Amino acid sequence: MIQIINTGVANIRSLQAAFDRLGEPWQLTESPSDIETASHVVLPGVGAFAAAVESIDRLGLRETIIERINTPQLATLSICLGMQLLGRSSEECETSVGLGVIPHEIKRFGDNVKVPQLGWNVVQPQTEGPYQTGEAYFANSFRLVEPPEGWGYANSEYGGQFISSIWRGRMLACQFHPELSGEWGQKVLQNWIAGETFANGGQS
Amino acid sequence: MLKSRIIPCLDVNDGRVVKGVKFQNLRDAGDPVELSFHYEDQGADELVLLDVTATRQDRIAMLETVEKVRRKLGIPLTVGGGIGSVEDAGRLLNAGADKVSINSAAVRNPDLIHEMSVRFGAQCTVVAIDAKMTDGMFQVLTRSGTTAETLDAVKWSATAQKLGAGEILLTSFDRDGTRSGYDLPMLNAVTEACSLPVIASGGADSVQHMVEAFEHGAHAVLAASIFHDGNMTVAEVKKQLAAKGIEVRA
Repeated sequence: MIQIINTGVANIRSLQAAFDRLGEPWQLTESPSDIETASHVVLPGVGAFAAAVESIDRLGLRETIIERINTPQLATLSICLGMQLLGRSSEECETSVGLGVIPHEIKRFGDNVKVPQLGWNVVQPQTEGPYQTGEAYFANSFRLVEPPEGWGYANSEYGGQFISSIWRGRMLACQFHPELSGEWGQKVLQNWIAGETFANGGQS
Repeated sequence: MLKSRIIPCLDVNDGRVVKGVKFQNLRDAGDPVELSFHYEDQGADELVLLDVTATRQDRIAMLETVEKVRRKLGIPLTVGGGIGSVEDAGRLLNAGADKVSINSAAVRNPDLIHEMSVRFGAQCTVVAIDAKMTDGMFQVLTRSGTTAETLDAVKWSATAQKLGAGEILLTSFDRDGTRSGYDLPMLNAVTEACSLPVIASGGADSVQHMVEAFEHGAHAVLAASIFHDGNMTVAEVKKQLAAKGIEVRA
């Protein structure tokens, strides 16, 4: 059973529909014990950094989520804002404290491109990883600029390179929306669920 | 680099897809769920469903349509038409929309743009602008083109950006359904006044029209008749665009 963390601020119908199409049962959860023990956990994310941080803290889930992500043999998936939440902070709201799993600040795209980035972009793994190069749907104004040490990663190009995905063991974070990225995105979800192809990913 | 997007648009009335000319004379063009999946299969980058109905009962039917489309659709879905409040937008998002487009309600109450953006994010907040050339300006129309506002579409697009919109869906009333190409001067003016992604809409009949729109600042092109009538598939359109040097998703 896939446990989707119910931060209450994300629109997750598309994600649920994608799991339904794959025949994978899911449920929404706010329970620390589910998040600790489930085979698969998703930290979804559409919406605002501050609201998501506030929701995680209100539910008392901060330490549980950090612990889970720091246990890379467990399958965890962070999507879009969910990936940004891994950072220490975000330019979107500098008073909000991110999960800090990676010591980076999430930064806004520069003025040389239209913001938000809305549309399909090429995602290119730079280390051995959970999926092949493909095109994915993005909807974001902020992004990770440098790859964190000890993680595998993929790049994309939008007014310069940014980090469009990172992974470590069976923990995968995607700035793009696999659930909205057609067949290629379904494959990313499938690979994450199966957990086979990136058992050694990221340890480059 | 970000790809230029091709977006088929389905005008939905009482659970069926319809198509008109200058927003009038609606005729049946198929089942929204079947058509949506068909277009995804052809390589559509995104879909727009516009609710063109007026009655409350039809609006409930629209929520059901969005749910049904979402179950099958693996690409982004924008829904617009008749949205008057943050609550309306929330209902559509819960039904499975990824973005919500507001038009008349945003003109009546510009704060709605801000409220939606704060609640759901800018990437979710699309402002649709219908406009026609009147006395040398692009005049905003609301209520499906029936009400002329004392509002300049170019200035309105910049205001919408300031209020927190994430994308502009720009439809030319003069060109809608006429197959005479997108309104390029309007597209130029709006993409210069506002730095948001702009979806060009109204008038497409050929790949050349789409090339022109991209050359005049469009981030995406919306089309209905060209696809519904089966003249061209999305795949054929994208192949020809690629041959003309426009970067599209494979």
